[in-house]
Amino acid sequence: MRRISQYVALLAYMVFLAFPLVWLLSTSLKTPQEMAGLDPTWIPAEPTLANFADAFGEQDLVGAGARSLVVALASALLTVTVALPASYALARYRGTLKQVALGWVLVSQVFPFILIIIPLFMVLRQLNLTNTLVGLVVVHVTFTLPFALWMLQGYVRSVPRELEEAAAVDGAGRMRAIVSVVAPLLAPGVVATLLFSFISSWNEFLFALVVLKDPDVMTLPLTLVRFTGPEGVSRLGPLAAASLMATIPSLIFFAIIQRRLRSGLMAGAVKG
Amino acid sequence: MRIKSALAAAVVVALAAGCGGGGDGGSSSAPDEPVKLDFLSLAWQKESVAANKQLVEEWNKANPNIQVTYVQGSWDNVNDQLVTSFEGGDAPDVIHDDSPALSGFATKGYLLELKDKLPAELKSDIPQSAWDTVTFDDGKGAKGVYGVPFLQESTVIIANKKLLDAAKVRMPTPAEPWTWDEFATIGKKLTKGDTYGVAWPMKSPVNKTLNLALNFGGTFFQTGADGKTTVKVGPQEKEVLQRIHDQLYKDKSADTSALGMGTADPLPGFFADKYAMLPVGVYLRQQVAEQAPDDFEWVTLPPLKGTGSEQGAVSQTLSVAADSEHPDEALKFISFFLNGPNQAKLAKGDWLLPTSQQAAADPAITTEENGWDVATASAKNLVVAPFLKVNGFDEWKSKVATPALQEYFANKISIDEVAKKLVEDGNEVLERYQR
Repeated sequence: MRRISQYVALLAYMVFLAFPLVWLLSTSLKTPQEMAGLDPTWIPAEPTLANFADAFGEQDLVGAGARSLVVALASALLTVTVALPASYALARYRGTLKQVALGWVLVSQVFPFILIIIPLFMVLRQLNLTNTLVGLVVVHVTFTLPFALWMLQGYVRSVPRELEEAAAVDGAGRMRAIVSVVAPLLAPGVVATLLFSFISSWNEFLFALVVLKDPDVMTLPLTLVRFTGPEGVSRLGPLAAASLMATIPSLIFFAIIQRRLRSGLMAGAVKG
Repeated sequence: MRIKSALAAAVVVALAAGCGGGGDGGSSSAPDEPVKLDFLSLAWQKESVAANKQLVEEWNKANPNIQVTYVQGSWDNVNDQLVTSFEGGDAPDVIHDDSPALSGFATKGYLLELKDKLPAELKSDIPQSAWDTVTFDDGKGAKGVYGVPFLQESTVIIANKKLLDAAKVRMPTPAEPWTWDEFATIGKKLTKGDTYGVAWPMKSPVNKTLNLALNFGGTFFQTGADGKTTVKVGPQEKEVLQRIHDQLYKDKSADTSALGMGTADPLPGFFADKYAMLPVGVYLRQQVAEQAPDDFEWVTLPPLKGTGSEQGAVSQTLSVAADSEHPDEALKFISFFLNGPNQAKLAKGDWLLPTSQQAAADPAITTEENGWDVATASAKNLVVAPFLKVNGFDEWKSKVATPALQEYFANKISIDEVAKKLVEDGNEVLERYQR
């Protein structure tokens, strides 16, 4: 009985999670007339691909998607590459610098983005990085890094220090202990941080809006917003079709990486 | 391993793409290269985007020495985007926006003053009432023109023809529009069973009620001899507020559940005969034409008449950035883009009213189809919205007027209480802007 109620709860949660995606799919296949019906329907009465034709015909969704993918992957990798050693240092070393660094990481999170956007834009302009994907990657890494650091140092802390000491007793140097003992146990943390950084960058709109100018460098969120007008009026059909397409790469990325997340979690459990 | 390789490759591609993508080229060009202009457009409807792109293409073909890049922005974020690029000195050369936004930009010196630079033909084709919507203080005491107004919006009534015919009501014409009294009577007549005569979508009530208040001479703002602007809510200002409130709670001919809706939200109810009439902006005809069931008949009715038929209006505009390296070329492009025939194309694409008198006579926007004749005729009633030049209007609107009007239309406060809030709280806000 308890198991049945657990399955029911799980099913309800799955429906809750899947609802926006299923509704998006349903909307993307409806005609404007059906969308304006007083009684919403799950299954389109006369399914049409016209919204997809409009979305792809009017905007460079494939190009924008490719650019978003490149920016998100690059941001995620760079974030983790910088955050991993830094988080190890923050978790393992003691001293005033560590306290200051942790304090600064927290303080950096309380600045509203809108407050620093103009100075940031001017810095990027000085560096000739406005209107480039590299500039956007730099911004995304800068803004994802503090939270990624915080996340990862929590994972590093959860790896018992005794494991490194045991490795040292067996003759491993610090680097060897980190690579062979700590790193495998950090896999779930690294994967979770990668996912967080990827999704943050994939969805990011405001910085992309001010950094990118030319149509041939624009990312997907900037392209999707072109289906919306003033006062909340939008072209719902093409917007739903384009948004549905926009979720696919991140779903694929998650599908690929989630196996690592699970295997990493298991590895941590056994070794811990 | 393969994943690692793919991710590493992505980083390389990202860096390569970034280095190759756009750079800081902007509008600067070598002497023998064509001048490059960036045109930030906010067109978003399918036909409008197509018209904009077609005009840019025509221009680029005819002017190999001045090449325009069409950049599509969005209404919801354009001001964040512009403020950053103005401050960073990297603004687009030609900027599409609306006249309320120009006031602040003009004061800060972000936009080029155009008064003496506009070609005579363009100047005379657009009436003074439209130029008034783009004439602002330059922050140093002088007045200047900071954009070319090209599209405007009036509030018309979109109605279910079958229900009007069944009720045998007089069909209004631009020469003989309905008065507010007639509108109230007809609203009551159309309210039967599950059908309400009217739906007032009032999610954003301020601009709509302020623009309509001019029907009875209500301006909501007054400027004293000392030059200070204050809020006033007297009998003229109260008239439209009270009439809408009466439809909601006295006549019960307007559906209270529509009050929280955005402009386009009542359409499903309109198509399902739940609402017979919608007082909405002319651009909503596009959504009606696209979404209405095949057998649904609808008509566009002229704006209502109070003591007069005036409605407040703002304009969509094209401006030139003060930092543009090629202002003369940018103005040449604007003059082409907004000539009579082209304005007609843009107006048709956006389902709005052109400011160009030549465009207003274009058969494409005077046809009876989709109510274009009525919509275009309504442009004659448009005057500059009184709130357009009030410093602090945006804050008054969001912090005082929107919540106060929503409370009033929800029947939580009386007409005198809403008037008191608008005036007393409003004057506190305006005072800060006039010190």
